[in-house]
Amino acid sequence: MAGAVVAAIRIQREDFDVAAEIAGLTKGRADIGAVVTFSGLCRDEQGALSALELEHYPGMAEAEIGRIAAEAVERWPLQGLTVIHRHGKIAPGQNIVLVVAASSHRQAAFEAANFLMDYLKSRAPFWKKEHRADGSEGGWVEAKEADDQAADRWKKQGE
Amino acid sequence: MSTKLIYFAWVRERIGKPEEDVELPSGIETVADLLRWLKSRGEEYENALQYPDVIRVAINQEHVGHREKIAGAREIALFPPMTGG
Repeated sequence: MAGAVVAAIRIQREDFDVAAEIAGLTKGRADIGAVVTFSGLCRDEQGALSALELEHYPGMAEAEIGRIAAEAVERWPLQGLTVIHRHGKIAPGQNIVLVVAASSHRQAAFEAANFLMDYLKSRAPFWKKEHRADGSEGGWVEAKEADDQAADRWKKQGE
Repeated sequence: MSTKLIYFAWVRERIGKPEEDVELPSGIETVADLLRWLKSRGEEYENALQYPDVIRVAINQEHVGHREKIAGAREIALFPPMTGG
């Protein structure tokens, strides 16, 4: 059963509707007992930012998220999985990323969503550039050591 | 055989172009060799690849380490650590 799940992965400029994505996974099904969603939004950093610009590697973004999602499907008994990552210019308060994980029981859905986000942060080919509210040139957001460590904790022994 | 190099984020900005086709000279066997050779191609490359250890690399759209062999690569991408999510 778990092996039959194919994750839906979308890399898009447009916004997404969280409720519609949940409904898309659960509609017409009576076997799903838990849906965990994670939404990542653009922050304004106390008013300092007017937007984030997300650059991505077309082709590889889909492929890499597909590889991460396939690993999640293999590790947890999921009944559905949707991952959406936006690119382009995104204003504070707007959506950037969505993970929806559905399972019979909550633990698998929580863990899979958490795993997906930790891996997306450190392996999905996206880069954020800041647009500053005062009009000055913003820099590229630096990767955080903590994000790499967060991904490392999911490694199986021997890896 | 020419190889397509693709650059992203500040690597792209510093090199000054999003991609290029290059003829790799003989003796360039690994990703580390490629980075060393590129760095010698001019000031903009030197500037982009000053700290080669931080540069992440994908061959044919899959992450690889710097010791990976590049024989047969159609597309090699160089970019900074990723900041998606």
